[in-house]
Amino acid sequence: MIEVVTVILFGMLAVTAIAAIRLHDLFAVVMMFSIYSLLAAAVFVAMDAVDVAFTEAAVGVGISTVLMLATIGLVGRHEKRPAHRPGLPLAVVSLTGMVLVYGTLDMPRFGDPLAPIHQHVAPHYLQDSPVEIGIPNVVTGVLASYRGYDTLGELTVIFTAGIGVLALLGIRRRKRGES
Amino acid sequence: MKDNAVLRVVTKIIVPVILVFALYVQFHGDYGPGGGFQAGVIFAAGFILYALVFGVEAIERVFSAATLRIMTALGLLLFAGVGFWSLIGGERYLDYDALAQEPLVGQHVGIFLVELGVGITVAAVMITVFVAFAGRTPD
Repeated sequence: MIEVVTVILFGMLAVTAIAAIRLHDLFAVVMMFSIYSLLAAAVFVAMDAVDVAFTEAAVGVGISTVLMLATIGLVGRHEKRPAHRPGLPLAVVSLTGMVLVYGTLDMPRFGDPLAPIHQHVAPHYLQDSPVEIGIPNVVTGVLASYRGYDTLGELTVIFTAGIGVLALLGIRRRKRGES
Repeated sequence: MKDNAVLRVVTKIIVPVILVFALYVQFHGDYGPGGGFQAGVIFAAGFILYALVFGVEAIERVFSAATLRIMTALGLLLFAGVGFWSLIGGERYLDYDALAQEPLVGQHVGIFLVELGVGITVAAVMITVFVAFAGRTPD
């Protein structure tokens, strides 16, 4: 049953991606990206990764859509005619895609309990985190405690991104009374 | 969009719910899905929705540019500071066992503070980015 849902969701993902490429109205493209993110969040739920789905729904559907709309407000909603021919980029992207698909061929099957990733530290986290961390959500335990360094690094990346935006765009000071 | 009564009323009703839900995600992340990152994004989304309807100035009345800058740094400093706190407690960096007498209590305190730091910085950065984008007019 869940396989059927996953196949349908992946099919809709592909349709949305192709529609986003074919459309020239940037407003419609942003809506397609938003739908794409919502479908991706549904795929993550189908794969039991609710924390990731949560993030995808909040960031992909919410924040990035708003930011892209704000950008369209500045640059106009119609795509400009490209100055170059798309042949070479298409070839590069297709080749990269084929290499990536080739790379997945010798990966373990999805959900395979014998896959290396499920044999390394994951059993330790799952079995010992109630004793060592003592909180029910293992994902939070791993992210905040076992992998605290990684999360600190991620937060530094977000901090740097914020500083970068401030440095490039800045927050324009408004005079009082001006609307 | 300030003139549309439906948008205005629905936004006023739904924004408090979004903010409370963000706090729930923040502080309930130990038990259910979610945590600081998601909570920060949802919190920022509440303010962004309000700003979409009532204008960017509405955000600036709550979070001035200086407040946002301080919050952005504060969250990261809180996270990094917890690491130094565990160093002072005689453990390794970010090993929360050192934060209390009982290691499990220490883990709880550490995860709570760290997630709070993540939430503050993420919310501040998301709002900053939005205000920086939406506060500009086409030149």
